[in-house]
Amino acid sequence: MQEGRVLSTREINRDLLRSILESPRWFWPVVTVLGLILLVAAIAIGIMVNRGLGVTGLNRPVAWGFFITNFVFWIGISHAGVMLSAILRLAKAEWRRPATRAAEVLTLFSLMTAMIMPIVHTGRPWRILYWVFPYDFARGIWPNIRTPLVWDPSAILTYLTSSTLFVVIALVPDFAVLRDHTTGIAHRVYSVLAMGWEGNARQWKLQIVAGVLLSALILPVFVSVHSIVSWDFGMAAAVKSWHSTVFAPYFVVGAVHSGVSAVAFALILLRWCYGWQDYIRHEHIDALGRLLIVVATGWFYFLVMEILFGMYGREADELMVRQTQFTYWPYNFWFILFVITTYFIPVALWLSRAWRRNLWIMSLACISVNIGMWLERFLIIVPGLINKQMFTFVWADYRPSIFEYIIIGSTFALVTLLMLLFSRVFPLVPLYDVKEGDVLRTQIQIGRRTVPATFRED
Amino acid sequence: MARRPILGVFDSANSAADAGDGLRRAGIPEGDVDFLTDTPYPEGAFGEREEPHRLYIFPFLGALLGLTSGILLTSMTQVAYPIVTGGKPILSIPPMAVVCYEGTMLGAILFTVLGIVFESRLPKLKAGLYDNRITDGYIGVLVNTEETQHSEVEAAFGQAGAVDIKRE
Repeated sequence: MQEGRVLSTREINRDLLRSILESPRWFWPVVTVLGLILLVAAIAIGIMVNRGLGVTGLNRPVAWGFFITNFVFWIGISHAGVMLSAILRLAKAEWRRPATRAAEVLTLFSLMTAMIMPIVHTGRPWRILYWVFPYDFARGIWPNIRTPLVWDPSAILTYLTSSTLFVVIALVPDFAVLRDHTTGIAHRVYSVLAMGWEGNARQWKLQIVAGVLLSALILPVFVSVHSIVSWDFGMAAAVKSWHSTVFAPYFVVGAVHSGVSAVAFALILLRWCYGWQDYIRHEHIDALGRLLIVVATGWFYFLVMEILFGMYGREADELMVRQTQFTYWPYNFWFILFVITTYFIPVALWLSRAWRRNLWIMSLACISVNIGMWLERFLIIVPGLINKQMFTFVWADYRPSIFEYIIIGSTFALVTLLMLLFSRVFPLVPLYDVKEGDVLRTQIQIGRRTVPATFRED
Repeated sequence: MARRPILGVFDSANSAADAGDGLRRAGIPEGDVDFLTDTPYPEGAFGEREEPHRLYIFPFLGALLGLTSGILLTSMTQVAYPIVTGGKPILSIPPMAVVCYEGTMLGAILFTVLGIVFESRLPKLKAGLYDNRITDGYIGVLVNTEETQHSEVEAAFGQAGAVDIKRE
C-alpha cells in the first residue's frame, strides 16, 4: 500500500495549496451554476412557506416524505468522515492520509444540509424558535420535552460540534503553512487561525495524541447519531412496521455504506478537478472498494434480517407494509432498483481488482450505492405511512410535488458548493499528514523482494 | 544577562540532529532547545527531550461536567414542563438517557480540544523567532538561552551545516 513516489515538501505544498492560491478556470462557472440551483431552491422554499405545505405531496397520513428521506440520507453520508478518519487513525492505517480531511469535511457539510431538511419540513421554519426558547403553557402550546425527537438535535449538534473541532484542530498546522505562503489580508487571517503555531516537538506530540484521543471519543458519538435517527422511527408508536429491533445497527451500517461510497466518489472528483494524482492514488480507491465490499455485505445481512424478522411475527401491519414494498406499483419497482443498485451492482464491480482501480467504474458503483441508499430510506418511510391497514378511510398515497424535487435536488448542489468553497480557502488534503507519510516511508530488501517498510507513528 | 532566542535553519533532519548533539556538548540545557518542523517526526528523532503532558485529564473532567449538565438540563426541563403523557411520571429516566450520553461525550470532546490548545501553549500571541522556510521542509533549531552562550550555539550550528542562523 505504498504506491507513488516520495514527494518533496515543496512539491506537496505547491500541489496541495494550488486549489487555494490559484483559481482553476472551471471554478467560478461551476460555483455560479450551483449558486443558481440554490437560488431556484430558495424560491421554491419561499413559495412553500408562503402557501403552506399543501404545495408538497405530503398529506394525512403520509406526513413524512422526501424531506425526511433526504434528512436521513444526508445524516448517513455524514457518517463517512468519522468512520474513515477515526477508525483508520486508531488502526494507524497508512493509506488514510490523503482521504481523512475530505471525508471529515464531507461530514460537516452533509450534517449541515441534513439539519436544514427538518426545518424546511416544518413548513413554518420560524416555529423552530418555539422549541429553542422556552414557551409557556399559558400561550396554548404544550411542548413535550420527553419526546424522542429531542434526542435527534442533541445527537446531531454533538456530532456537528465534535466533527467541526476534529477538523479545525487538524487544520492548525496547515494554517501555519498557509500563513507562511500568503501575503496581505490572507496572511493576516491565516496567522490568526494558526494561533502562533511553530511546529515544535511538544505541539506535534499533542497533535498526534489529539488525533487518536478525539477519534476514540468521536466514534461512540458517530454510532449514537444514526442509531438515534433510527429511533425517530422506532419510537413512533403510530407506525408498527418501524419497530424492528435491528433498526439501529441496520441504520448505522447503511450510513457507513452510503457515506464511504460518497467519500470514494468525492476523492475521485477531487483528484480529477485539482490534478492530485500523486496524492489520491489508485491504491486508495482500491482500499476503499475492498472496505466497501465488507460494509455492503454487512448491510445486506441486516436488510434481509429486517425483512425476515418483520414477517416472521405475521403481524398484519408489518405484512401490509411488506406487501406494499414488494407488490404495489411503483414501490415494487423502487424496491427492486434499491436492492440491485445498493448491493448487487456495486459489489459485483468491486470484486475485481482491475475494476476497483478503474475510476470510472468506481464512480459508477459509488453513485449506484447512493441512489439505492436514498431509495432505501424512502421505502422505509413512505410504505410505513401510507397505512394500507385497518380502516380504508385513512389509506393514502404519496406523490411528491415539483417543489420537493427541486428542494431535494438542491441539497446535492449545496454540499458540492460548500466543498468547493472550502477547497478554495483550506487544504482538502492534510499537508502535514501526507508529509509525515513520506518522512516515515522507506523500503527494505527481504530476500529478492523490495517491500515498503513504514515506521508507525506513536 | 538577558535570555535571547537564536534560530538555526537546517535543510535535513540529520544535520538538525547533529546540531542538537553539538548543543548538548556545548552544555546548553535540553529545556532551552526546540526543534521546529513542518511535519511530526518520530519522537526522539533529534535527540530532543520527552514532552510530558496532562491531556488525558481533560476528557474526564469534560465528561463529568457534560454528564452533570445533561442531568440538570433534562431533569429541570421535565419539571418545568409538567405534562402527563400516557400516565407516565413527570420526571422520567429513559428520555434523559440519550441527552445525558450526548452531553457527556460533548463535554469530553470540548475539554479535549481545550486541553490540546492549552497543552500546546496556544494561542501564542507574540510571534517568536521563526523562519518561513520551516513549512517548506527546512528544520529550525530554536535555542532560547543567555546571550553569553550565543557564540557556542552559533559554532554548534555552523559545525552541523546550518543554511542560515537568525537572531531576534
